[in-house]
Amino acid sequence: MALSKITSSSITDNAIHGRRNLIINGAMQVSQRGTSVSSITSSGYKTVDRWKTNASGATYSQSQESVTVGGETGLPVQFTKFLKHNVTTGNDNTAIYQYVEDVTSIPSGNVTISFYTKGTTPDGGLKVRFWQNFGSGGSTELELTSEIQSFTLTSTWQRFTATITIPSISGKTVGTSSYFIIALGQGSSTSTDAWVLDVTGVQLEVGSQATPFEHRSYGEELSLCQRYYYRRTNPSYYLHFAIAYGTTDIQGGAFHPVQMRASPTLSFDGVLKASQGNAEIYSSSGFSFTSYSTNDSLGFYTSGGAFTGLTQFRGYMISNDTNDYMEVNSEL
Amino acid sequence: MKINLAQYQRNIEDTDNVAIKANIDGKIYSVPLDPTNTDYQAIQEWVAEGNTIQEAD
Repeated sequence: MALSKITSSSITDNAIHGRRNLIINGAMQVSQRGTSVSSITSSGYKTVDRWKTNASGATYSQSQESVTVGGETGLPVQFTKFLKHNVTTGNDNTAIYQYVEDVTSIPSGNVTISFYTKGTTPDGGLKVRFWQNFGSGGSTELELTSEIQSFTLTSTWQRFTATITIPSISGKTVGTSSYFIIALGQGSSTSTDAWVLDVTGVQLEVGSQATPFEHRSYGEELSLCQRYYYRRTNPSYYLHFAIAYGTTDIQGGAFHPVQMRASPTLSFDGVLKASQGNAEIYSSSGFSFTSYSTNDSLGFYTSGGAFTGLTQFRGYMISNDTNDYMEVNSEL
Repeated sequence: MKINLAQYQRNIEDTDNVAIKANIDGKIYSVPLDPTNTDYQAIQEWVAEGNTIQEAD
């Protein structure tokens, strides 16, 4: 068999490669906290992971929705979920936000935002806004006011794109927990008019071209989200092994599913269940606990008599009652 | 975010502070003493406003 020289034209590859999307959970697949909230006025992380809501005086409902089986007009078939942000009473600056970890991860120069959306438009247009936050102890947060984008929604899915220019951060002081913010919502208008944002496929990428949305599996997105937050709920175990250091309290630990951004805050909803053999002992409600978690491991102990009837130095598995959960949080 | 109470928590050996028990918006959290944790940062801002973290029991 004759050997032939490999020419450069034979290995030309025009495909788009690499981990391009700086947004996590842009396809709205992961929703560890739950899939809906109704008629609320508080800010925070409510449904889909990594997407934070600034209520700013508005009243809204929010839900993770499934795309109609077989697809929807204007939306590529790769998408199965979207976020519905239903503002029943609008106000200025109410929006959904994503905080992209580390302000230096968005380099100076051109970056391009793209997303699929439908709905009804906030008064003044759907505003897409950007900020550089330099973290605790860093320079003052800077909104990129010259880069604000405005779009008009329709009842059919559309893909919007915009290229913006990120200023240099030369001369700035970057503190701890810095981030870059992208927000989609109502701008400076104080109108109380209702509006609805259905959105998915959010992508932020370096350069001036909006490339096709980068597909990631559910497992990949979940792991990326768990750097910032994870929840254990029934029937998962909080700890597969804990030890009773007395007859009324336990101590134990476990590795986080992934390394977290920071040492996380720990909280519980409901009670703990200590299991050993076929015996189950429930804690009191409102039990006291102390976390000694790091960014790679979870640790906590109860105190003050959380349980009754444990056997000292015996190992227990720690879980929860139905609908109870444990939250481990290192969000930005 | 409304912080109603903050109190240091000790390790199980009772030798060092390891966390802050915080009542935030009516729910109890155990917040690590980690300057990169945003709940810890919020508590520090709350302290800067004139509030005090109570010593551990």
